[in-house]
Amino acid sequence: MGLTNQSTGSAGVPKDIVIESKNDKEKVIAIAGNPNVGKSTVFNSLTGLKQHTGNWPGKTVENAQGEYEHRGVKFRLVDIPGTYSLMANSVEEEVARDFICFGNADAVIVVMDATCIERNLNLVLQILEVTRNVVVCVNLMDEAKRKGIQVDIDELSLQLGVPVVGTSARSGEGLNELMDEVYNISCHGKLTFYVKTDYGEEIESAIKNIQEHISPIIGDKIDTRFLSLRLLDIDEKLRESLSSYIGEDILKNEDALNKIKEELDNIEKSGINKEEIRDVIVLKIVQKAEKIYKQVVKVNNKEYNSRDRKIDKILTSKKTGIPIMILLLMGIFWLTITGANYPSELIASGLFWLQDRLTDMFNYFNAPSWLHGILVLGMYRTLAWVVSVMLPPMAIFFPLFTLLEDVGYLPRVAFNMDKMFKKAHAHGKQALTM
Amino acid sequence: MREKNLSLDKLPIGEKCVVKRILSDGRLRRRMMDLGIVYGTEIEAIQSSPSGDPVAYGIRGAVIAIRSEDAKKIIIRM
Repeated sequence: MGLTNQSTGSAGVPKDIVIESKNDKEKVIAIAGNPNVGKSTVFNSLTGLKQHTGNWPGKTVENAQGEYEHRGVKFRLVDIPGTYSLMANSVEEEVARDFICFGNADAVIVVMDATCIERNLNLVLQILEVTRNVVVCVNLMDEAKRKGIQVDIDELSLQLGVPVVGTSARSGEGLNELMDEVYNISCHGKLTFYVKTDYGEEIESAIKNIQEHISPIIGDKIDTRFLSLRLLDIDEKLRESLSSYIGEDILKNEDALNKIKEELDNIEKSGINKEEIRDVIVLKIVQKAEKIYKQVVKVNNKEYNSRDRKIDKILTSKKTGIPIMILLLMGIFWLTITGANYPSELIASGLFWLQDRLTDMFNYFNAPSWLHGILVLGMYRTLAWVVSVMLPPMAIFFPLFTLLEDVGYLPRVAFNMDKMFKKAHAHGKQALTM
Repeated sequence: MREKNLSLDKLPIGEKCVVKRILSDGRLRRRMMDLGIVYGTEIEAIQSSPSGDPVAYGIRGAVIAIRSEDAKKIIIRM
């Protein structure tokens, strides 16, 4: 056999990252979730400053890892890109899917938004189809309470068959319990009881038959039920990841290939064509999420939502949306520019006072004037200018911008600006970079 | 009751509807389904953006903005 992907160290297989940092004592925990559910707050509160960022191998997607210790065990937390699905619609989703399917993590934390359980369940269920070692973290419990949304954590845990912990990561609430559950699953092999989704008779029988066929080839490297399902609906990217992970291309195995074809034919005979298989898979998961949601969430206060809507209406309506946006952004720039003058002057006078003292010192030692020129008039003076001019505006602008982000105004800007940016073949999100 | 089949972009603001079919295929179709837009999903048109496009829809407890070119490919029943 020549050089395989494995022996050359193929790019794009996330397990590479883990192996390089993994030792026997350390547990690797993946942390996944939808975008904007406070995943990074959970990540930051668990790991503190012990983190480092880089890119996923071969991808322009940021990869953050951090460490923490709990009950004497070291945990390495790997931050998976925020996604709505594992179906690989984007590079982020591809990275997320590959790491969860092939990353060999000891456990996966899935972070959910307590105010948006139904949509978040989609990803949770998809991940549970791949691995049993899951701890669900229902974050933003404080916000849900404020909005009159009641989430029954115990019921959710019962429905999913895995530990579920309610947290408010911003105040640190529930994080200890979360770490306990992660510990139980990754160190004590605590059993979970998720019941896999039933995709209906035709697909189920195909899964069973393919599973029997590929189990001897795959062994226990990956959940064969999940793999069998995906083989019915495989795309090129998954095939690549799969073959570099398993070490051989399963679709080159003629036996397996024939079996898959045979099963696809059987399914088609029963009236579901190849395109519809994918729909059935997604539909079953969405329906399951809906069912669980209805048993777990109660909304007491409908008023709150209507207040939110009224505010949204003002921020994005035809008459007031754009003017408010312009005023708000101008206000921020004004604050940044004029507000920065005072600290700028202060810092400048302080630093230039120090420059005079430095000059005095150079004179005292009778230093040659060219040395004084390079070090004090050249290097020090430039540095002093840069610091006094640049630091205050940045120290004002970025916190203000973060504030806008935290109250959720930025998505509204993107919403307002989308049409304009679309004309430039971009989208509203890019307004924020400007 | 009279039933009308429309595409989602025709849904007036403030009105509710039920999804009948998604016409798009490939990635967009998956994306829509991942957001919970499948046969039978209830959708409410909440708010239009200043230029009229995109429109924010209430879908399964989340507010999601969809451009009219994409909304055209979702067939609904009011």
